[in-house]
Amino acid sequence: MKFPYSDIVLEHFRHPRNVGQIKDADGKATEGSPSCGDMVSVYIKVDPDQKTISDIKFESYGCASNIATGSIITELAKGKTLDEAKKISWKTASEALGGLPKIKAHCSVLAVEGLRSAIQNYEERHGLVREKKPTTEEEIHKRLRKVMNPLSGLDIERTNLVKDMQLKDGIVHVVIDLPPEHQFSNSIKEEIKEKIEPLWDIKEVFVEFIA
Amino acid sequence: MFVKRIYFDNSAATRLDERVLDAMKPYFFEKYAVATSEFAYSEGIDAREALDELRSALATSLGANSEEFIFTSGNTESSNIALKGVALALSKKKGTHIITSEIEDFPVLHSARALEKQGFQVTYLKVDSDGFVDLDQLRDALTDKTILVSIQHANQEIGTVQDIHNIGHICKERSALFHTDATHTFTRIPLDVRQLPVDLVTVSSHTIHGPKGIGGLYIRKGTPITKWMDGGFQEFDIRPGLENIPGAAGFAKAVELVTSDETQRLQTMRDRIIDRLLTEIPNTTLNGHRLKRLPQNANITFHFVEGESITLHLDMHGYAVSTGSACFSRSLESSHVIMGIGGDHERAHGSIRFTFGRYNTMSEVDDIVGTLGDIVKELRKISPLGKE
Repeated sequence: MKFPYSDIVLEHFRHPRNVGQIKDADGKATEGSPSCGDMVSVYIKVDPDQKTISDIKFESYGCASNIATGSIITELAKGKTLDEAKKISWKTASEALGGLPKIKAHCSVLAVEGLRSAIQNYEERHGLVREKKPTTEEEIHKRLRKVMNPLSGLDIERTNLVKDMQLKDGIVHVVIDLPPEHQFSNSIKEEIKEKIEPLWDIKEVFVEFIA
Repeated sequence: MFVKRIYFDNSAATRLDERVLDAMKPYFFEKYAVATSEFAYSEGIDAREALDELRSALATSLGANSEEFIFTSGNTESSNIALKGVALALSKKKGTHIITSEIEDFPVLHSARALEKQGFQVTYLKVDSDGFVDLDQLRDALTDKTILVSIQHANQEIGTVQDIHNIGHICKERSALFHTDATHTFTRIPLDVRQLPVDLVTVSSHTIHGPKGIGGLYIRKGTPITKWMDGGFQEFDIRPGLENIPGAAGFAKAVELVTSDETQRLQTMRDRIIDRLLTEIPNTTLNGHRLKRLPQNANITFHFVEGESITLHLDMHGYAVSTGSACFSRSLESSHVIMGIGGDHERAHGSIRFTFGRYNTMSEVDDIVGTLGDIVKELRKISPLGKE
C-alpha cells in the first residue's frame, strides 16, 4: 500500500500521544476553527518553580498531518521550559515527523500555534505579560509569516506572495501576488483573515489578489 | 500485511469490465486505421463503418439519431463543447445570458465562469437543502436573452436527481436551449431525448465500467453550436481530432452491459448503507435527497470529525471512498456542493461519499459499516468538537 505521508506521520496518526483534556490546566488554547478545516486544542500544566511543562495534552479536529503534528509537539514540549517550548517551530515538528507534504503545511502549523498560544495563555493568567500594545506593521508581518503558501509549503512572506501590506486605523490591506481565480486564492484569504482579525485593535482585514 | 481492497469510489472511476476490453482489442491490433482514411484504402472504410455502428449504438441508447451524437474525450470536453459552443453560436444572434446551478460539476461550473470573463452573464441558481433547483427561481431567471440553461441530471457528490423533465419544459417555453450533464445517470436512470425536451446531453464511459478518455455529447438536430477547437473535420465538424474507435467500442460495450437488475442491486446497497450508518452511528447526516438520488450513491456526514482522517483510516483497512473535506480537495476548499445545500464547513469536512459499482457486494457494504463505526468513535475521542 502507498500513503501520501511518512511512516512517522502515519504512526502518530494511528496512535496519537497525549490525547485529551487537562481539567485543571494552567494554560490552554484552541487554534483554527471548523471553517478553516482544522482545529487543535492544547492544554498544559506548568511546574511553577522550574517554569517547565510538566504535562501536556491535545485534541484535534483535523486531517492526518494535523493529528500527527499535534501528537509530536506534545512529545517535543513535555519537560521543556516555557522558553524552550516557545521555540518549537513548524519546521522542528515537521522534521521530527520525517517531513510533511507541502500542501499540508497549513493544517499542521495549527498545532504549533496551539502550543504557543497555550503558553501565552499561561503567561497572561500569571501576570507574565505586559498590557495590550497597539498592533504594529511588524506584528502583522509576523502573523503573515504563519500563513502557508500551499504551492511551496513555506509561508507567504518568505515566498514573496505578499505584494503590499498597509495598516491604518485598525484596517489592514493585504495584496497577494496571485490571480483572484487561482486555485488557492480563497484558502489563502481565509487564512490571512483568521490570523490577523483576532488582534484586539484590528477592525477589518481586506485581502486583494493581483497578478 | 495483505489487505483486501474494496473500492467504493465508482463515481470517480470504475474498474474496466473484461468484456469491454475484448470489444476494444480488435481496434488496437487489426482495425487500427481511422475513419478519415475511408477514401484512401479499405481499412479506412472498415473504420468508418465501425464508427458509424458504434455511434448508432450510443445514439440509440439515448433515443437519438446517429447524426445527433458526437464522441468526445469525456464529460469534461462534452460539457465544454455544449456551453462554449452554444455561447459562441448565439452571443451575437440572441443574447449572452446563461443559467446554471451552484452545485454543478466543474466542467459546467468552470466553463460558465470562463464565459463570464468573456462578457457573458451567468445566473447561478441556488438549490434547496436536498440539492434541488427551484423551478420558480428558474422561471424568474429566464429572460429573452437567455441562450442556454445547464442543469445536471444528478449531482456527482450528493446524488440528488433533478426534475429535468420540468426544467426542460420551462426552458422550452422561453426558447432557451437546455443542456444536462448526465455523467452519473447515464444508463442508470433512463433518459430518452424523444420524451425529454433537452437539446444537449453530456455522457461518459468512465462511470459505467468503460474505458477512460471517451465520452459523448448528444446535440439535438438544429441546435446552433460553433466549433471552437481547431483541427480536422471529424465528428460532423464539431469536434476535431483522430477518432478514438477503440474507446468508442469500449463505450458502446459498456452501455450494452448495464442492466436494470444491476442498477437495482446497486440501489439495494445504497439503501442498506444509508439506513445502517444513520441508525448505527450517532450524529450522522445524509447529504442529498433520501429517495430521489442516484441509485449508486450514498453521502453521509460524520459530525465532529474530519473526512480525510476517515478516508486514511478506511484506506488502511482496505476501503477506497472520497470526502468533501477541504483537506482533501486540490484547492483546499470545502465541497461547493455541501456548502451549496446550506451545509456549513463542518458538514462538508466530515462528509464521505460511497459510490457503488458492478464489482461490489452486499457483504462489503456490511463490513464497512462496522469498520466505520470504530474509526469514527476513535476520531471523536480525540476531537475537541461535539463534547459537552
